[in-house]
Amino acid sequence: MGTLIKDLQFDELPYTFEALEPYIDALTMEIHYSRHHKAYFDNLQAATKGTEMAEMHLCELLKNISKYPVAVRNNGGGHYNHRLFWSVMSPNGGGLPQGSVAQAITNQFGTFESFKELFNNAAKTRFGSGWAWLCVKDDKSLCVCSTPNQDNPLMDVADCKGKPVLGLDVWEHAYYLKYQNKRPDYISAFWNVVNWEEVEKRYLKAIA
Amino acid sequence: MSFELPALPYASDALEPFISKETIDYHYGKHHNAYLTNLNKLIVGTEFEHASLDEIVSKSDGGIYNNGAQVWNHSFYWKCLSPKGGGQAGGKLLEAIVRDFGSFDAFKEQFTTAAATLFGAGWVWLSKDSSGLLHITKESNAGNPLKHALTPLLTIDVWEHAYYIDKRNLRPAYIEDFWKLVNWETPEGLYV
Repeated sequence: MGTLIKDLQFDELPYTFEALEPYIDALTMEIHYSRHHKAYFDNLQAATKGTEMAEMHLCELLKNISKYPVAVRNNGGGHYNHRLFWSVMSPNGGGLPQGSVAQAITNQFGTFESFKELFNNAAKTRFGSGWAWLCVKDDKSLCVCSTPNQDNPLMDVADCKGKPVLGLDVWEHAYYLKYQNKRPDYISAFWNVVNWEEVEKRYLKAIA
Repeated sequence: MSFELPALPYASDALEPFISKETIDYHYGKHHNAYLTNLNKLIVGTEFEHASLDEIVSKSDGGIYNNGAQVWNHSFYWKCLSPKGGGQAGGKLLEAIVRDFGSFDAFKEQFTTAAATLFGAGWVWLSKDSSGLLHITKESNAGNPLKHALTPLLTIDVWEHAYYIDKRNLRPAYIEDFWKLVNWETPEGLYV
């Protein structure tokens, strides 16, 4: 059931900074992972150290986040979301999903293309900073949504609740060095690096 | 009625080395302009089609508010900066700052902290209320103090697009440079 917050490690990236070129550039990856993600990780540790929160699992904390300080919401979400984000991308990614998640997407949204359009739209229309998600709801159906800042669908404060299986960071820091104001170009590029094997794993775990 | 992009009050390279021409070209030429284009499209056929920008910011919500307030906020932000800026406030504004925050430095520190700690995208404002008291407020995304019956005097944009090309993740470095560019004539003129 995972690691207690106090024992969490700042995991290595599963690939090199330049591995997602040309879709996501090496400089963006380096700053995003080593500065932004690292700051969320360190701030989560600082905000929970010596408290009962340090003895909890992050997912458990996120589910009841309304009861905890805003620094834990922002940094706990920030750590969870970025860790998920790195895992759902791969230099060998892209293409179409296979297996159970592919079937579930077709059942839920009609076609892969219509799912993609919904997801693109959620990512494009999130005003300000935030994330777009594909998640599995309690009834095991799929839904596409977005959350502001570093919130995510695990949190009790989220408008859309579920277990995230795919997430896209649409904070400007995720794309500004390469795409500047052109968020839609970044979103299109993202599909070339989606690690569908990881999405499938997360999907199977979520419906288990 | 459709709104127009106000001219920048200086050349796009005038704020260098603190804010680069490249940042201004995107920030003014793309972001500000896109909010304006969106606003002009969104108001067609609504109660706001013939409204002033102040009315839109005070009364609308949703997409019209987001784009309208972003047009207002950016137009105002450009006026809060100047290549001849920096230093400290003067006149009646300085008196009010000292009265309400203790000293100019204490005000600067409070405003800096607000700008550094606003989580996500947004704006930090110095405003006055109807009795002339000063307030520092943090507003997420497009948030504008007119919505809360405050009169904006000074603002800093802390959306990442305002500083990411020049400063990357280092928002505090951007805030530090902001003080070297503040055009105090803008808040001084609005305070009286």
